[in-house]
Amino acid sequence: MSAQALTYLFVGLSFMLYISIAIWSRAESTNDFYVAGKGVNPVANGMATAADWMSASSFISMAGLISFLGKDGAVYLMGWTGGYVLLALLLAPYLRKFGQYTVPDFIGTRYYSKTARLVAVLCLIFISFTYVAGQMRGVGIVFSRFLEVEINIGVIIGMIVVFFYAVLGGMKGITYTQVAQYCVMIFAYLVPAIFISILITGNPVPQLGFGDTLVNSSTYLLDKLDQLSIDLGFNAYTESTKSNIDIFCITAALMFGTAGLPHVIVRFFTVPKVSDARKSAGYALICIAILYTTAPAVAAFSRVNFIESIQEKSYLDSPDWFKNWENIGLIAWKDKNEDGLINYSVGKAFEEGRPDFLGSRGSQGEREIKNPITKDNDNEVYIDQDIMVLANPEIAKLPAWVMALVAAGGLAAALSTAAGLLLVISSSISHDLLKKTFMPKINEKQELFYARCSAAIAIFIAGLFGIYPPGFVAQVVAFAFGLAASTIFPAIFLGIFFKRLNKEGAIFGMLGGLLFTSSYIIFFKFISPELNNPENWLFGISPEGIGFLGMFVNFMMAVFVSALTAKPPIEVEQMVDKIRLP
Amino acid sequence: MTDKEYWKANIRLLIILLSIWLMIWFGFGIILSDFLDQFSIGGFKLGFWFAQQGSIYGFVILIFVYVFAMNRIEKKLKDNKEDKN
Repeated sequence: MSAQALTYLFVGLSFMLYISIAIWSRAESTNDFYVAGKGVNPVANGMATAADWMSASSFISMAGLISFLGKDGAVYLMGWTGGYVLLALLLAPYLRKFGQYTVPDFIGTRYYSKTARLVAVLCLIFISFTYVAGQMRGVGIVFSRFLEVEINIGVIIGMIVVFFYAVLGGMKGITYTQVAQYCVMIFAYLVPAIFISILITGNPVPQLGFGDTLVNSSTYLLDKLDQLSIDLGFNAYTESTKSNIDIFCITAALMFGTAGLPHVIVRFFTVPKVSDARKSAGYALICIAILYTTAPAVAAFSRVNFIESIQEKSYLDSPDWFKNWENIGLIAWKDKNEDGLINYSVGKAFEEGRPDFLGSRGSQGEREIKNPITKDNDNEVYIDQDIMVLANPEIAKLPAWVMALVAAGGLAAALSTAAGLLLVISSSISHDLLKKTFMPKINEKQELFYARCSAAIAIFIAGLFGIYPPGFVAQVVAFAFGLAASTIFPAIFLGIFFKRLNKEGAIFGMLGGLLFTSSYIIFFKFISPELNNPENWLFGISPEGIGFLGMFVNFMMAVFVSALTAKPPIEVEQMVDKIRLP
Repeated sequence: MTDKEYWKANIRLLIILLSIWLMIWFGFGIILSDFLDQFSIGGFKLGFWFAQQGSIYGFVILIFVYVFAMNRIEKKLKDNKEDKN
């Protein structure tokens, strides 16, 4: 069977599996729709949380990112796992004890205020839509490369599948589909990693393999990678280049942001008991760690493979994957010194980021580009780091079914996260905006109907993001984490651990964190991107790490304003006492 | 154990575990990383290994230590309430 037929088969089978699960686990009440009836086994919830959390960017982009960053890539590895410690210790058990349906529910009830609830809904919707846009790009890339359908059709197919299980099944449907998606995803990630680890080092465990020696040699893989990197003009792979303060802030912003992401938090509302919420966070992190400890190995392997298979090869004899990805537009080559060889080294091959193709072919058959050529370096290759995981099986010449599996895994990662995000968006609209704020008279059946409608509308908007991707997606991811860290995390954390905090404090805190973080990011990313360098940053903190400082702005505002205004009512203090106990 | 003692024990546990958490990623993963790089295990420089592998294993262990310790504290609280009844 051809690679493409296999891919159709694998993707088709996985989609059928998701839809069958959706039909089997339909939601019948709002309790089912919002929190899966609070009856999810902690292990199943751990797997579902892992699938919910590991998005298209974890599956598709992260190893590529690390592969180009080297040791500094640890920012993402530590930042996106360490947040689970905060979640398990500081938030999950108490929120489960609180026992309501959504994140704004907690904020609205704890701070006895519709305004606080609305501010929380606003932050939640912004964070979640930012994130959804990224998932849709992932779906588009997988469809266009592996199934050779138009990106738009790919996005629409993805939307239909999500529509099916999110609208029908709500949280219940999503939970059990996510369990299946976790299995597909982790299998698809590990199989090629194990193959490549055996090929390169002879060690079947990728986590150990990338610290092992190369096959038939006594050189360690990482030493060789350091040498290759230095030869091409890069920094040594295992050495760090960023300043410690910036690394610290970025890692911290990612951690506190992870703990403040509504679609992750809400997963802990679905388990039966408080002690299950704690356990479940542990299982979730194990499930995540399996992928996250494999990713740096994949990064190192693919970096070596990538350099070795193209460096100073003639374009005419270059491997098929190089030309395939060039045709998609994620690789470009410009023969600067006109020797017909691919010369890869440090620096940008041409100006203006992404290649802008002319539509004509050059003398060697390469796609010609409009971008002006850079003269300060000899690099001739543009490569989009997103393709490292997807192209890895091809680069390592693995069998066709492995590529098909990777395609199914990438789709599982994108769809599971999209569904989780769409659910928190729809429940914050039907529950927090309608039922609890503007239409308190609706009954449960009507609320469920509105929940399904808002899920459908959210999917439609997400689909539009996929078909007309906003150019600023990469820039706004920092936004999602920064805002979660500076608004939602502090509001929940203080709500549990600081009884004296009143509604004025919480609202000013959230608004302060929101304004500080967003104006810093908007200034450096959109208004004056040319000033975006360490000399102009506040205390040397990049926009990616500013959410951590924003969190302290929130804390200070909240505590200061609370001290000047009246104590919260006695019922609220009693409620806090109650959620502190198991 | 009274409700108040339970909360105190909980906070004490959180402070200990979060200090270890900070030590793992900020200590070993960032600040001490370059220093640790002079040692190596297999082909890994120790600082690099901590940043890309060890810290993640550390986080998993931390959560399970927390689960275990909290279950014990919770049991004390429950036993005490049953004694009173």
